[in-house]
Amino acid sequence: MMASSQVNGPARAVHSPAGWGLSLGRLFTGHPIATRAISLGLFFLIWEIAGRVPISYAFPTFLDTLWAFVSMLLDGSLIIAYGSTVQPLIIGIAISAVVGVGLGIVMGLSRKAEWLVAPLFIVLQSAPMAALIPLITFVYGIGLVAKTLAVIMLALPVIVLNGYKAVRNANPSLVAMCHSFQGTRLQQISKIIIPDASPVIFAGLRLGLAAGFIGVILAELLITPTGIGDLITYHRSVANYPEMYAAVVSIILVSTLTLTALEAFEVRVLRPEKKRG
Amino acid sequence: MTVPASAIHAVTQVAGDVAVEVRGICKNYGDIEALRLIDLDFPRGKLTTLLGPSGCGKTTLLKIIAGLVEPTSGEVRVNGKTVTGPGPERAFVFQDFALMPWATVMRNVAFGLELKGMGKAERQSIARHYIAEVGLTGFEDKYPHELSGGMRQRVGLARAFAVNAEVLLLDEPFSAVDEQNRRKFQEDLLQLVEKERKTFIFVTHSIEEAVYVSDRIVLLSRRPSRVAQIIEPKIDRTASPDAIRRDQGYLDTVEEIWQGLKHYVD
Repeated sequence: MMASSQVNGPARAVHSPAGWGLSLGRLFTGHPIATRAISLGLFFLIWEIAGRVPISYAFPTFLDTLWAFVSMLLDGSLIIAYGSTVQPLIIGIAISAVVGVGLGIVMGLSRKAEWLVAPLFIVLQSAPMAALIPLITFVYGIGLVAKTLAVIMLALPVIVLNGYKAVRNANPSLVAMCHSFQGTRLQQISKIIIPDASPVIFAGLRLGLAAGFIGVILAELLITPTGIGDLITYHRSVANYPEMYAAVVSIILVSTLTLTALEAFEVRVLRPEKKRG
Repeated sequence: MTVPASAIHAVTQVAGDVAVEVRGICKNYGDIEALRLIDLDFPRGKLTTLLGPSGCGKTTLLKIIAGLVEPTSGEVRVNGKTVTGPGPERAFVFQDFALMPWATVMRNVAFGLELKGMGKAERQSIARHYIAEVGLTGFEDKYPHELSGGMRQRVGLARAFAVNAEVLLLDEPFSAVDEQNRRKFQEDLLQLVEKERKTFIFVTHSIEEAVYVSDRIVLLSRRPSRVAQIIEPKIDRTASPDAIRRDQGYLDTVEEIWQGLKHYVD
């Protein structure tokens, strides 16, 4: 639910069914935050009911999970876990962003670079990366390097391919406009092509970040249990299901908040025109 | 000057000052022959329209003059100098406006000057002047998506004026503008032509528009395109816009062009 409102960007107004009455309709169209809160509330309610039925012994209620979450936050175990999880994530995402955007732009601008590099990333993007993670362990062991590589392997292809497609499909009319006003090639790239491509480049960064979260959790579950992966593994092994669910939900929460922050940054810095209607 | 080789050649010669000369331009796209041996003179300070059936290569010819498209053979001279690419003496107004959606009206209008490396204060004061000239004062900080189609094209026009080119090339500038705005815009354009004293080359597929705004109309034939006819509407431009549209000379010229073009329409 959180994820779907994330993908569509700022929540669009949902038309209420005619019978619901005007005021409720206005609440939905006028306050996207209200819509989100209600949708989340409904989800938590269904979770709570499902937990109380119970559908499975291993499925905790929402309130139990919330309680476990708060207590893990207060005893510091969640914070310590994130301290070690974010290291490979931040390093991996930073490398992927710089290399990926750079490579994507070069590939978009040059047919030769495209011919040389694109097939590799197209294969990488469609490959089941989880299967390659044991290979990383063989070569790079079980330390930070291996986990960072797992993040890069998942995040880089989508960032590269989005950047490349965005640059390749830059509005030809704007490029011609820049040419007609005698813009140099460098001006054409910096003032037209990159700003024009930036929404799609940023979409790639958002997808890359989401993939990076998958990568780091996979690495922590498959290579060595550390950080949040360790919390999940440990609480599962001792049947602390509320704690395990709290750890899982926390990573969803963190990744959603990070992605939202990235989107807000993009609108604020790169595309000021989207701030208004 | 070359000796007129054909009747078409003879009719294209203009007495007086010529800003743009088109000589023997041919353009092929693969097997398709778009333009065949176009010879044309564009008189300085006048508005010349390229008119013809759709798909006849009017826009291609305009883009060749702009230096945005390479001709297969032939050459274009602006003030006697052969065109090899876009130059500062020409400015282009695009059919789809070609405004940067992430930039304000101010930055869009000043963009040609920004590319030349002019300082911010200077280029903004020039841009402000032309924004006022096209009637967009108060919209400097708006983004293109906040403007109507007509207003967007006014931004495109102001951008072309701001670089102070002698020759303005307008590629169907009103085709994406709704009918009412188009009429108003045509009237404003006439005033700007009067005021700016520049050479305008205008592409359109609307006969009425061509007759209304042009000093000279070049009729192009269907592909492979050649110059079919050149018409100089004798219309009193000092009259009010409504009077012009009811003027007998205006109506006769529209009819004459329609008779000329009719056989190209299936």
